[in-house]
Amino acid sequence: MSKPRIKVPKKAAAGDIISIKTLVTHQMESGQRKDKEGNVIPRKILNKFACEFNGNPVFSADIDAAISSNPFLQFSARVAESGTFKFTWTDDDGSVIEAEKTIEVS
Amino acid sequence: MNPTRRQFLTGSAIIAAGGLSTLGLPAFAAAEDVTKALADFVGDSETKTGKLTLKTPEIAENGNTVPISVSVESDMTEESYVESVMVLAEDNPLPNVITFNFTPASGKAEASTRMRLAKTQNVIAVAKMSDGTVYTDTKNIKVTIGGCGG
Repeated sequence: MSKPRIKVPKKAAAGDIISIKTLVTHQMESGQRKDKEGNVIPRKILNKFACEFNGNPVFSADIDAAISSNPFLQFSARVAESGTFKFTWTDDDGSVIEAEKTIEVS
Repeated sequence: MNPTRRQFLTGSAIIAAGGLSTLGLPAFAAAEDVTKALADFVGDSETKTGKLTLKTPEIAENGNTVPISVSVESDMTEESYVESVMVLAEDNPLPNVITFNFTPASGKAEASTRMRLAKTQNVIAVAKMSDGTVYTDTKNIKVTIGGCGG
């Protein structure tokens, strides 16, 4: 599994609303395509994304087959204290991609 | 700039290939699929317009990766926040695109992603607020090259 690319500001003031961008490499096979023999290529996508800050849910997304390969997500978070963002993507096969980013809040 | 003969030929080949590949694909989402997805999401609530904005390009040259973003006017406090925003594509083989789930810790009810579109069609966003109110917004996107199957 490749490493997700995540942009979180290193520092913020308490109460700031920050913008977070994530991009993870994944083919997001939609289950709609067929191979050369005409067999349907089975669906294999990341179907769930979740972001937590210090253990509290911030944002999540239920992803369907219409999301492009290498899924990109941008969203916001309000930060009151320093801490760690935890990002998880869940694959159709049950495997999980995880990443963490810390932020310093003054 | 006039297209050269070579560019013209390549263009036609792509269109021809695109035409062929649509044969034998599953039927495009029927209107009832869209209605059902909407009903599952909003229940009996009345839908209103305003507050929710769906931002899309007018023309998507490549249906494989169409940038979209949603934003909802809300203070995002514990008492009043946006619970979730669902995005549907009317004429995709499967209408569901994504559902964003927000919390008061999101700060702003805004999110962006990139989606696939099979052909020119309407994209619908539906926002559900914590007090049960529902807002919708619809945008038509013209797609040059479809992004499903092939």
